[in-house]
Amino acid sequence: MTVKQISVFLENKPGCLAELIDILSQNNIDMRAMSIAEMQDFGILRIIVKDTYNAVRIIKEAGFVTSVNEVLAVAIPDQPGALLQTLTALGEANINLDYSYAFTTAKKDMAYTVLRVTDNDKAAKVLNQKGIRMLGQEEMEQL
Amino acid sequence: MEHYYQPEIECASREQIIELQNERLVKQVRHVYDNVEYYRKKMEEKGVTPEDIKSIDDLHKLPFLTKDDLRDAYPYGLVAVPLSDCVRIQSTSGTTGRRVVAFYTQHDIDLWDECCARAIVAVGGTKEDVVHVCYGYGLFTGGPGLNGGSHKVGSLTLPMSSGNTDRQIQFMTDLGSTILCCTPSYAAYLGESINERGLKDQIKLKAGIFGAEAWTEEMRRDIEKSLGIKAYDIYGLTEISGPGVSFECSEQTGMHINEDHFIAEIIDPNTGEVLPEGEKGELVFTSITKEAFPLLRYRTRDICVLSRKKCSCGRTHVKMTKPMGRSDDMLIVKGVNVFPSQIETVLLNKGYAANYQIIVDRVNNSDTLEVQVEMTPEMFSDSVTEVAVKEKELVNALKAMLGIYAKVKLVAPKTITRSEGKAVRIIDNRHLY
Repeated sequence: MTVKQISVFLENKPGCLAELIDILSQNNIDMRAMSIAEMQDFGILRIIVKDTYNAVRIIKEAGFVTSVNEVLAVAIPDQPGALLQTLTALGEANINLDYSYAFTTAKKDMAYTVLRVTDNDKAAKVLNQKGIRMLGQEEMEQL
Repeated sequence: MEHYYQPEIECASREQIIELQNERLVKQVRHVYDNVEYYRKKMEEKGVTPEDIKSIDDLHKLPFLTKDDLRDAYPYGLVAVPLSDCVRIQSTSGTTGRRVVAFYTQHDIDLWDECCARAIVAVGGTKEDVVHVCYGYGLFTGGPGLNGGSHKVGSLTLPMSSGNTDRQIQFMTDLGSTILCCTPSYAAYLGESINERGLKDQIKLKAGIFGAEAWTEEMRRDIEKSLGIKAYDIYGLTEISGPGVSFECSEQTGMHINEDHFIAEIIDPNTGEVLPEGEKGELVFTSITKEAFPLLRYRTRDICVLSRKKCSCGRTHVKMTKPMGRSDDMLIVKGVNVFPSQIETVLLNKGYAANYQIIVDRVNNSDTLEVQVEMTPEMFSDSVTEVAVKEKELVNALKAMLGIYAKVKLVAPKTITRSEGKAVRIIDNRHLY
């Protein structure tokens, strides 16, 4: 059970991110979650949106380099220590976390964490066994 | 008082030099024609025979050699003696990654060393001196050339090679180096480092021989001031021998070409026509004493001016100005030859678009090279690690091709000007010419 994440190559220059976000907003693309990884000269923007197919088409047409990949999104109670269970489960199974970012929605008491691991199936199995709930694409879009 | 290593040659009359050149040229053309099939074919194509070359006035009849010829004839096609007679190879970069290899007999090495010895004596070097060589040793001609010259003079030679500034300065202070040989940018860097450490009064340097890259008069003054020395220029290229093809004397107004070994011409780079003395054009060398790798009419691509104006040092050999530019797109970065075509080859091999920009700069007296490449969907990933791995692969491939580090900067697609009209591939912010 995974969700689709869009990544976009952005130069490390003023206005680059604004330009992309402007294109998304003009096309009514609604973002669920967002994170940026920064390198010295460039950044990688990662977003999860409602309409992945159209978003990618629009981003490509605007001339950006982009890619789509599957990531895990777990739902956890919005309280101290809740993330620990997920991380411990992954760690015990010797699964390395490439990166992660979290977001909340209007839904009270719940938080969501995106996890990027090398082997999604293995990680999903481990989290399932620990009773950690993951989101599918459909549920993510309806948040 | 001016000193000479070989005064009878260095101060010979014009007539004596011409006589020597005539005799050696005729002999050399015959040697090449008989032993180098590649050049013989070129002569046949042009309808020239060795009998047509009776004196240096006939030189213009001979075909040119270029770096492309060196690539086509790689590795042995221009060697004029049995390999068993060769004792050394030196090498420099070629236009598309295939390196230029030059061969030397012991006789060739001896003459090359003598040329460098003339340069060392011209800056005041004697057997009492400690010659500190921090040009690179190895395939690069800088280190071996000045090292050999210093041996001929009988100076105490410190074969430091490049890098490790702390050790350079320690040897310089502990062993009392008096003559420094390196690239001008490294000399400037050493000067700064020595002053920063407050060690200027502990060094005994009196002169420096700096070459292998372009430098300005302003930089000369800076180096002279920071190291408390006289700074002299030296010129050469691996294809012709190495450093010491020409060198500066006490007048510091150009470099005397060792005309008993090399005949210099200035041509129009577009038409190949020989230009009259004093005109600016491309420098062409004919090597008249080399046995193993005797290049005739080799186009250096360096743009300069020759002058026969009487020199106050007493030397009579023609003087060349510092190179004022190139008639091709070669860059010299940290003393190393870099061709945009080499970078293009690496990019295409690694799956990048051939759209790139090279930015050269000089930061703290050291050259920097940056290659800007457009990101492609194939190279892109959501993972910083994966992108970094690919970037590192490209950096390593460039290092393997160029021999020096180039920073890679990934930029957004379509941000580098396309070649509608003329693509600006090189931005050189050093403004050396």
